[in-house]
Amino acid sequence: MKPVYIEAIGVIGPGLESWQQATAILAGDCEYQASELSALKPNMLKPNERRRTTLTIKLVLQAVQDALASNSYDDLSTVFVSSDGDMDVVDRICQALCLPGRPVSPTFFHNSVHNAPAGYCSIATGFHAASTSLSGLNGSFAVGLLDAAVQAVIEQRPVMLVSYDTPWPDLLSRFKPQRLPFGMALVVKPQVSEQSLAELTLLPGVADEESQMADNELEQLRANTPAACSLPLLEAVAQNRAARLVLPYLVDEQIAVEIQPCN
Amino acid sequence: MLISPIRITAYTLTNALGSGVDASLHALQSRQSGLRPCNFQDVTLSTWIGRVDGIEEQSLLATLSRFECRNNRLAYLALQADDFCEQINEAVNRYGANRIGVFMGTSTSGIGATEEAYRHRDEDGELSNDFQPTTTHVIYSITDFVRNYLQLKGVALTVSTACSSSAKVFATAQRYLEAGLCDAAIVGGVDTLCLTTLYGFNSLDLVSSDRCKPWDTNRNGINIGEGAGFALLEREQAGGDGARLLGYGESSDAYHMSTPHPQGMGAALAMQQALAQVAISADEVGYINLHGTATPTNDAAEDAAVMQVFGDKTPCSSTKGWTGHTLGAAGVIEAIFTLMALENGLLPCSLNTEQRDEALSANVLLENKQQNITYAMSNSFGFGGNNCSLLFGRDL
Repeated sequence: MKPVYIEAIGVIGPGLESWQQATAILAGDCEYQASELSALKPNMLKPNERRRTTLTIKLVLQAVQDALASNSYDDLSTVFVSSDGDMDVVDRICQALCLPGRPVSPTFFHNSVHNAPAGYCSIATGFHAASTSLSGLNGSFAVGLLDAAVQAVIEQRPVMLVSYDTPWPDLLSRFKPQRLPFGMALVVKPQVSEQSLAELTLLPGVADEESQMADNELEQLRANTPAACSLPLLEAVAQNRAARLVLPYLVDEQIAVEIQPCN
Repeated sequence: MLISPIRITAYTLTNALGSGVDASLHALQSRQSGLRPCNFQDVTLSTWIGRVDGIEEQSLLATLSRFECRNNRLAYLALQADDFCEQINEAVNRYGANRIGVFMGTSTSGIGATEEAYRHRDEDGELSNDFQPTTTHVIYSITDFVRNYLQLKGVALTVSTACSSSAKVFATAQRYLEAGLCDAAIVGGVDTLCLTTLYGFNSLDLVSSDRCKPWDTNRNGINIGEGAGFALLEREQAGGDGARLLGYGESSDAYHMSTPHPQGMGAALAMQQALAQVAISADEVGYINLHGTATPTNDAAEDAAVMQVFGDKTPCSSTKGWTGHTLGAAGVIEAIFTLMALENGLLPCSLNTEQRDEALSANVLLENKQQNITYAMSNSFGFGGNNCSLLFGRDL
């Protein structure tokens, strides 16, 4: 498949406040310190709308806001991808369904659709282009990246990929015990531009060892959070170096990504 | 941007009308609705539902028991109809299992399994150890199940954009085929009745206590249905005389989470994009299968969009009076109704619609119509303002 070109990145996670700060950590200029996720107040959404959102939606909007801080776009197609979506909302609805009268909250219900973060994002950005919301389980980041690249190449237009995952709530947490909150957004274009950071060529259908992070804590984040499987790619971009990375794709399958810096 | 047309070489569907294409075709021809008063579990809501018979008696193969839930059982049931699996096996022989993509749409996947697990917690309030959310509840489960059952190894994903999910998988597959990432694709959608959607839509006052009546003066909400549909998509060179997927339009309202843009701005954009992608004019389209949920605001918004793009001449209808709103499966089920209209010349009416709302102007059919057509469109719109229009055509 033809290559695509990354030109804007946003990041939010524990100890990773923005792409600017993450760049310094991933380039090796300062040390990574795992910490609690700081309070999220993405101001791209009006306060009255923001009040109706969840942690997952705020995490997504924070990553998008970060990616769009350096470049502005009139319209972007969007690809959202998450392994399991917003399990907090699922928990709240399933709890309500156990109560007399089954009082499901209308707000939780409309927030329960997998494309709820995409809906809020379109309201905040005013983007009217195509938007899809996907899952590929543990390979979700690569599934989303491939879909964004396909859309960019076939439709010849810029696409924003947003990959995110959040921890499962108490009652469900034993099924995903190590999951951490992580969100990232990146804009890809089918042609190189002055803003291009790196060229990406995707090679599906490889069988190889997954790329890992050298730092123990970052590797913990990567290994337990599908969206954080983007970290090796973000590291190569931050270090402005060529690399061939292997990302988890579908169950027991991988995808290779060749990265070339653009400057 | 033009994109290569795709052959639809096989399809099947299962819904409240029964299993297989003939069951749906017969019900459409004879105006028999599949809706019934709600008798799902212990639900006491006063509404009608489009329920599929036989799911409770179905079980999955022992090797796939980790996928046991109502949604995957319906998928399994649906895959048995119309010799669909045999046609997939032939495609595997032609292309190889690693060259066949699987793109499934669902809104709630197997959330029913989670509802059940929550209701049957042990004395300490903990969930049962038998509960397997990763292969039942999560939205990738349906794709994982189909891929495992059919033993396919190509590219795959689940699309979950609420009620447009299984329309969008057609667009996804057309792009992946164009990009050369697969040589054939199975697209589909599966959604099943669950408490989350029944009580959730009820909390938004969107559920009708009557049979749903799209475009009717007295329409007052949806009937929730369940269903599954699958189609095999191949490049033009595959030949055959089946209909083609010609193109698609996808857009976002960027307006509200659960209410469409009042003038149907995003819906019109999707329909216009589909026409532009295929380079045909609106008056060449012989039938539109509307999203037509039968809520006051949804139908009004879609009517405004159809009027803007097509005017009041193009025959159109909502088939939700037959099946109910099958949510994440509505896209593929109604795409297949649209293919049936192209292949059989049967333009179905809007069943249950008695008195067309005078404030709405689209040419909504109140009687079935027999007419050969060349192009037909299917509309699917979801929460979050997510819109998809598919344009199909048959050989001239």
